[in-house]
Amino acid sequence: MQKSFVMRNPSTLVFLGALAMFTILVTVLAEGSGAGLISTSFVKTLGKTLCLALIAVAMDLVWGYTGILSLGHFAFFGLGGYMIGMWLMYERTRGIVEASLAEAKIPPTAQEVTDAIGNQIFGVVGSSEFPIIWSVADSLALQLALVVLVPGALAAAFGWLAFRSRVTGVYLSILTQAMTLALALYLFQNDSGLRGNNGLSGLQNLPGLDHVAQSTVSIWFFWASAFALALGYLFAAWMVSGKFGSVIRGIRDNEARVRFLGYPVETYKLFLFTVTAMIAGIAGALYYPQAGIINPAEVAPIASIYLAVWVAIGGRGRLYGAVIGAAFVSLVSSWFTGGQVPDVNLGFYTVKWVDWWLIVLGLSFVAVTLFAPKGIGGLFDLWSEHRSPNRHGADLGPSAGSLQEKEAVE
Amino acid sequence: MNSLLEVSGVSVSFDGFKAINNLSFAIRSAELRAIIGPNGAGKTTFMDIVTGKTKPDEGRIIWGDLSRSLLGMSEAKIAQAGIGRKFQKPTVFEDQTVEENLVMALKSKRSPFAALFYKRSPGDMRRVEELAGEINLADQLYRKAGELSHGQKQWLEIGMLLAQDPQLLLVDEPAAGMTPAEREHTTALLVEAAKTCAVVVVEHDMEFVRRLNCRVTVLHEGSVLAEGSLDHITANQEVIDVYLGR
Ligand SMILES: Nc1ncnc2c1ncn2[C@@H]1O[C@H](COP(=O)(O)OP(=O)(O)O)[C@@H](O)[C@H]1O
Ligand SMILES: [Mg+2]
Repeated sequence: MQKSFVMRNPSTLVFLGALAMFTILVTVLAEGSGAGLISTSFVKTLGKTLCLALIAVAMDLVWGYTGILSLGHFAFFGLGGYMIGMWLMYERTRGIVEASLAEAKIPPTAQEVTDAIGNQIFGVVGSSEFPIIWSVADSLALQLALVVLVPGALAAAFGWLAFRSRVTGVYLSILTQAMTLALALYLFQNDSGLRGNNGLSGLQNLPGLDHVAQSTVSIWFFWASAFALALGYLFAAWMVSGKFGSVIRGIRDNEARVRFLGYPVETYKLFLFTVTAMIAGIAGALYYPQAGIINPAEVAPIASIYLAVWVAIGGRGRLYGAVIGAAFVSLVSSWFTGGQVPDVNLGFYTVKWVDWWLIVLGLSFVAVTLFAPKGIGGLFDLWSEHRSPNRHGADLGPSAGSLQEKEAVE
Repeated sequence: MNSLLEVSGVSVSFDGFKAINNLSFAIRSAELRAIIGPNGAGKTTFMDIVTGKTKPDEGRIIWGDLSRSLLGMSEAKIAQAGIGRKFQKPTVFEDQTVEENLVMALKSKRSPFAALFYKRSPGDMRRVEELAGEINLADQLYRKAGELSHGQKQWLEIGMLLAQDPQLLLVDEPAAGMTPAEREHTTALLVEAAKTCAVVVVEHDMEFVRRLNCRVTVLHEGSVLAEGSLDHITANQEVIDVYLGR
């Protein structure tokens, strides 16, 4: 009596199809795998954009669907990046150190190797000791587990404290900002164990794969990012499609009512906050190897605010809106801030886009909030109003007006 | 007397103002009860206390066969224990269909995992259709609740209460803003519900209360002023002075 998941969510199928075609197109045109029309650095930009789209999907779950305006999800994104970065940096440094020590007459002891790696990595912060948080940095499997466990644990601890005391609305948003700020300040310290403001670098080099060209590595990461986005999108679509989706939208619209239906609202919020933090961690772990470097500035409070802006501009409460917002705004943003857009000379003043872009973005955000609260995704409603959607195979009731039609396709 | 809910000596004050003052109240299972009283008498606050929204300063609230105390239980736990509540202002999830509203309310496990893996069973869907029939919304199942008329929303909310399969229903001013025909149907719904579970109805409209044909409790300044049949109440001089006479 229930249609299959995909039938009930045609937009998911359309999205996955579009993502697959995009991936094939980029693969065919990329330097490392095809015609060479797309440079390696642009493949990396596109791959990073897919990761941003993934964290935007997470943000949409938490904000668009559940109504929790988290302004701290980039903290989880950054932590995911740090976790994979530790392994990348450790293993690569080990390779270099072992190669150089191999020339010595007496074979080095294990301790000497470890010390040399420590010296290499922590020399910049005047230390050579491995901090305790690096104890499993030599294990890819464990660091991969930490990619989800560390953001998940931080989100669970934070969420447990905040939701249990029923902090909501603006206060919760401020708390999440405080959380990401505290994390950034902690990471900035030299003795944080993560190289302070130097961050982790050289992440684009895969240990043991020095012979593989970056053009090839870039397309690998592009594929991985596309795959992660597809999975994340499917997972999110599944989460919001059934009764769980009903409950979280209910929490967004009237959480007291949901409580009196017997649903433990705080548990739902905690669950969602934690799961989306883990998704953000995965997105970060795929992003930073493509960026090559991660430092504490990445988890600055402003990053999480941008995330909310992307989702708002794309259209919250619909997953493809979040993806479109993240992709569109971040690509346009890197175009403007990359200095590729010609300055506009007004005679008395020259508009430099590098400086003015933020103001344009801010104004667009205000404009979208005021005039198009559905964001870019709302444009799809205009288009689909001309078609006749069918919900559950039944008609929309006696007075099926355009309002129902456009809402029925969601 | 074995009562389903027993509230005794409950008081609560807001900033020094005693909204509920040493209130005692009891209801048996499958009993219908009306609560009347002037505005500000504490009727809504009484429901807030029973459903866990407001914590009383003192007093006891004993629930069910096991005589459990409701004090210290969360709203969700109290709802799971079998107490359903309808708010004064109709609160349904306007962005969702009538069907989704009812499915969400349907008695089932409430944890996130249970909701994630919930599958609509034929039995559940039959129950939803049955409920939709009872609340006159059978042909509106796939409409968004926000598009319903005010009266229909009230019914939907009552339907959601019934879907929870509760032992006690607390219904705050269900007939407010309804047409006479709608009121009549609402009365029938509540009387029908009271055959299987206890129902407490707060209502101002005396005609409505008369049709409920049940025991009446009069609240005034946070405590019970009188209790008995409607005829008994309407003959009570004190009640006439503070409420009926005005
Ligand atoms: N949360 C609150 N804070 C302060 N005063 C309140 C609160 N809730 C109710 N009151 C006061 O308690 C009294 C009883 O209110 P209420 O229970 O809503 O009355 P009724 O439903 O009988 O009209 C009113 O005077 C109201 O102003
Ligand atoms: Mg009231």
